[in-house]
Amino acid sequence: MAELSPDDRHKSHDMGLHAEQLAGRTQQVFFYPEEGDNYTYPEGFDVDFTKKATIDAAEMDGPEVNLRIRELMGEGYGHIVVQNPLAKHSLGVGILNRLKLDFEGSLGYFGCGLVDGPNIHIKGRVGWSCAENMMAGVVVIEKNAGSTFGAALRGGDLVCKGDVGSRTGIDMKGGTIIIGGRAGAFTGFMMQRGRIVILGDAGINLGDSLYDGTIFVGGTIASLGVDAVPGEMTDVEARWLENKLATYGLEAPNGVANLTKIVAGKQLWNYDNLEPTEKKIAL
Amino acid sequence: MCGIAGLIHRGSSGDIGAEMTTMLQALKHRGPDSTGFAIYGIPVESDHVMRFKVAEQEDIGKGFEIHQQIKDRKAEVDKRIRSMDVEIVGEEQATEYAYRYRLRFPADDDGGQQRLKRFADYIEDVEGAEILSLGRALELIKDLGDAGIVSEQYDLAGFQGTHAIGHTRMATESDVDIRSAHPYWAYPFNDISVVHNGQLTNYWKFRRALEHRGHRFMSNCDSELIAVYLADRIERGDTLKEAMDRSVGELDGVFTYLVATADSLGMAKDTMAAKPMVLYESDDFVGLASEEVAIRGIMPDEIDTWDPYEGEVKVWQN
Repeated sequence: MAELSPDDRHKSHDMGLHAEQLAGRTQQVFFYPEEGDNYTYPEGFDVDFTKKATIDAAEMDGPEVNLRIRELMGEGYGHIVVQNPLAKHSLGVGILNRLKLDFEGSLGYFGCGLVDGPNIHIKGRVGWSCAENMMAGVVVIEKNAGSTFGAALRGGDLVCKGDVGSRTGIDMKGGTIIIGGRAGAFTGFMMQRGRIVILGDAGINLGDSLYDGTIFVGGTIASLGVDAVPGEMTDVEARWLENKLATYGLEAPNGVANLTKIVAGKQLWNYDNLEPTEKKIAL
Repeated sequence: MCGIAGLIHRGSSGDIGAEMTTMLQALKHRGPDSTGFAIYGIPVESDHVMRFKVAEQEDIGKGFEIHQQIKDRKAEVDKRIRSMDVEIVGEEQATEYAYRYRLRFPADDDGGQQRLKRFADYIEDVEGAEILSLGRALELIKDLGDAGIVSEQYDLAGFQGTHAIGHTRMATESDVDIRSAHPYWAYPFNDISVVHNGQLTNYWKFRRALEHRGHRFMSNCDSELIAVYLADRIERGDTLKEAMDRSVGELDGVFTYLVATADSLGMAKDTMAAKPMVLYESDDFVGLASEEVAIRGIMPDEIDTWDPYEGEVKVWQN
């Protein structure tokens, strides 16, 4: 007897010819459908943007500042100003709702990580790994940023108006990173999706091992990484760049048309057509 | 992980003991095992400062005899110093096992490199004796504990000088003891010290080459190799900047290091830029640290800082 095709099997099941309950991995769900389309985090807060509060962080440690921000959000404050952050670590992390958050100074490591939704403005500089794993929202830094800026970014806009360190956008999976100045070595390393815009120069090994995504560079490129190749700018991209840069008061040094576009060459082994067994032989 | 920090007053001096203590205390979380300071005071003409110890801190709790052994070892060190016609013009005891001597070499002795080496070799020959530093400006202090503890133990607050480097250590590849703590003095070179965050992967290749050139190492730590490598290059005619530029190409691995000489402070970062460094620079002061929070400890007002880039080398003079 001939095997039923998967389509035929589904048809017979839909007609009631099979009553068994399937329990394989294909039936596994992590989220209940009742959660609906407008899912909100249980840890998120409804805030009022007209309610403003100020925190002086000079004598507080990082967790104390974050807890205070949380308390204020719980009280409905939608605009929070943090004074004297003094480059302390892990400030403004884990915010899962809309919020206007202003830091009147510099942040240390891991600032604004794991956020989903807030608009954050930082008057100073940020240390390593700013906005790591950001899901949505906007983070704007007026001065410079350290290394691994926007690591594993998933969404939102992350903007540094000054220079950034090495490995910016490492493992980035979405969103947009905009750098007003220079970017260090290995920017876009193993990038998987999203866009990086560098208005200044880029360091060595730009876009090394990137799977996908796009990098635009306004200055010189010290060297391209493995599998990073020049691409051709489209009109849609040019318009998008014009609008995006204008949003943050930035301009490409010689116009967006002269930005260099870098994409994945997709020549790495994971893009070929070999079957796994064939790959084993090849390797 | 380790934390490193450096500062230099340009054209002036300051309380570098207190300043470096504050910076290193802010980096305590990067390495709680030991803390070290290389501080550069105002040289007194013709005098050398020697910091040395005659036991490890952990030896103190290992028996009753160690207290007498320390006295005997110190007496032997004193005897040997005098036997080499060197005058002890000042003596301070920082801990039971650590001392600071101000030494005056004979007037007809220029205190040259070979002379210093012979002197250091003879002192290090005493059981348990270890010279931490010997120079005209450099004083090297390192011990177990955080910056606050070490600074208080060695009375560093109020130490006037021009520049300093420091280190908070998280022991990874060698013991938790003073010998393995940073900074490292480039034995036996006058006034050269190094702190380092990272790992050199061609350590043994360069140690072999440098030993063949007659250099000796006081530890098996890769950070000491940087100090000796730079001192060797300077001895061969390089400027500090030239030696550091060469090191970025020749030393393999991931590293950020700070080096200090009698009048200069330098910083170098490897070509992968894998180890952190934040820099603040103004006309009269330069501060560097693994994390900005260390610089902000002594400069609470808003300042402009940035990360040096891959392969970058910088040198500042007092």
